[in-house]
Amino acid sequence: MRLRITIHPRRDVLDPEGRAVESALHGLGHRDVSGVRVGRIVELELPDGVAIDEAEARATAMCDALLANPVIETYHIEACPNTDGDARGCPPRSS
Amino acid sequence: MNVVVARFPGSNCDHDCEWAFGTILGVPTRGVWHTEGALPPETDLVVLPGGFSYGDYLRCGAIAARSPLMGAVRAFAARGGAVLGICNGFQILCEAGLLPGALIRNEDMHFHCMDVDVAVTAEPGGLLRGLERSAPLRMPIAHLHGCYTASEDVLNMLQTTCRLPLRYGGHNPNGSARNVAGVLGEGGNVLGLMPHPERAVERALGSEDGRSLLETVLRNARSAS
Repeated sequence: MRLRITIHPRRDVLDPEGRAVESALHGLGHRDVSGVRVGRIVELELPDGVAIDEAEARATAMCDALLANPVIETYHIEACPNTDGDARGCPPRSS
Repeated sequence: MNVVVARFPGSNCDHDCEWAFGTILGVPTRGVWHTEGALPPETDLVVLPGGFSYGDYLRCGAIAARSPLMGAVRAFAARGGAVLGICNGFQILCEAGLLPGALIRNEDMHFHCMDVDVAVTAEPGGLLRGLERSAPLRMPIAHLHGCYTASEDVLNMLQTTCRLPLRYGGHNPNGSARNVAGVLGEGGNVLGLMPHPERAVERALGSEDGRSLLETVLRNARSAS
């Protein structure tokens, strides 16, 4: 069971990194780009026998305990039962 | 009176803090490694020093906040023990939930290393009770993630309960909400600040203003223990 956790700065929190990237994209000619937010992706694996519901519940617990800071961040969890990647776009297991 | 300076992998102001408290202020001071699950029984003040604990991985202070030593610090603070977090120590206190809010990347994306003027609010409480405010305190800052942020409700609560005792006077170097340079915990026994008072304790360092702040913290820690 592979999990991909995407963590973003909250919409109401200043994101200087996103703003700097947006400015650089404008400088490259992409002047219609807006709303750039820079986040982080955490990938991890649980044993194959773990059910999706349990895996998602555990990932939520991990986010609340460590991976995300609720004061400044939100998170999104994707579970990928097939560890070689699947139709939901989860990445293949790294070698 | 005993001071404990926490050491995490990547702490780099721990020796400065030991110098300031141990040599300049003459208080017995010792370092304690992050893997320790307990504080020395005679501890009166815990100092979380500046640096880049755990390489700032994940978020500044996030991993240090979950270390065994911080479990002991949390219990110590819950008993009313005095805890001072400087720079990365402030970030650790926020990540540990001992202080509200969070410290994010400086608004202008730059690492700032400079002296700043820090204004002390009227009649500060808690660990800063009795700190004179005749003039702003001149202290260095050196950080990339010092922009204090919290919801408007939390900021209003902190302001009305006099828990924002230190503000950048004049130039706000990092974009902190309401020019916040330091925050007190609910009981007044936990203080976090971005400026480095331990780097301003001798004339040779360019300022002695940090010394009065550290002496005030010591005095209040002593009366609390």
